[in-house]
Amino acid sequence: MLAEALFFSAVLFTIGVVGVLTRRNAIIIFMCVELMLNAVNLTFVAFSRAYGAAGQIFVFFTLTVAAAEAAVGLAIIISLFRHKQTVNLQHINILKG
Amino acid sequence: MQNTPLFYTFNFYLFGIIAIASAVCFVTRKSPVAAALWLVNTMFSLAAMYIMLDAPFIGAIQVLVYAGAIMVVFLFVIMLLNLGQPSEIADVRNQKWRLIAGFVGLAMLAEIFVLTRSGSVAALTLPGDAAANAVIQSGAVGAIATPLFTTYLLPFEITSVLLLAAIVGAVMIGKQRSTHAR
Repeated sequence: MLAEALFFSAVLFTIGVVGVLTRRNAIIIFMCVELMLNAVNLTFVAFSRAYGAAGQIFVFFTLTVAAAEAAVGLAIIISLFRHKQTVNLQHINILKG
Repeated sequence: MQNTPLFYTFNFYLFGIIAIASAVCFVTRKSPVAAALWLVNTMFSLAAMYIMLDAPFIGAIQVLVYAGAIMVVFLFVIMLLNLGQPSEIADVRNQKWRLIAGFVGLAMLAEIFVLTRSGSVAALTLPGDAAANAVIQSGAVGAIATPLFTTYLLPFEITSVLLLAAIVGAVMIGKQRSTHAR
């Protein structure tokens, strides 16, 4: 099942990357990042079946990082919305050269 | 994999295809709420795949933490900011960005397919039923807990610092602070 799991994980990760590059809604881009984290988790679990339990431990840490990232990132999006009244990244361009 | 039963293979492919179809729906939806619900569907299918890959504990916390906690936080923020309806402004970037995204996607897919063809290192590979045996021997939680609290104890403890920093950061950033009071 290793090759099949890696295939599904690759496709999911690619969908996440395409979502990040094509969407403008900050919340949806953030959810695409979560999808990419999930795809990598699938790779870890598939490899842990072949190489030992370390992969599952890494999934555990990835979950923790994803939870922390969701909390901080959504707080940033809320404070961004308070300043700009939008989450459309086209309108958030103060740092654009 | 010639020794896996057909039923197992069929279900693995089924959940994989459900996950990919839901992910495609998720990326193409205009409304953030619909997108979030499709992402929940993807995470449920991924949890099923984890369980089929002999990682039942990871599958359980995938449902609890990802589909349960993280996605509820996302939906909560969508509700809080009143973004439920699809916006009138074009949400998808223009043609140039779509071309770039398509090119990057194809390049990554090609790279990963080349890598999966190279095969695994035979000296490191465990027998196919090692993970299943570990679950039978020490239980679904024990198979994770034993290495987590022995070999990986220090990273586990550092995780608590990370969570504390995230809590403090989220509270500080999200705190209602009147801008003219500063």
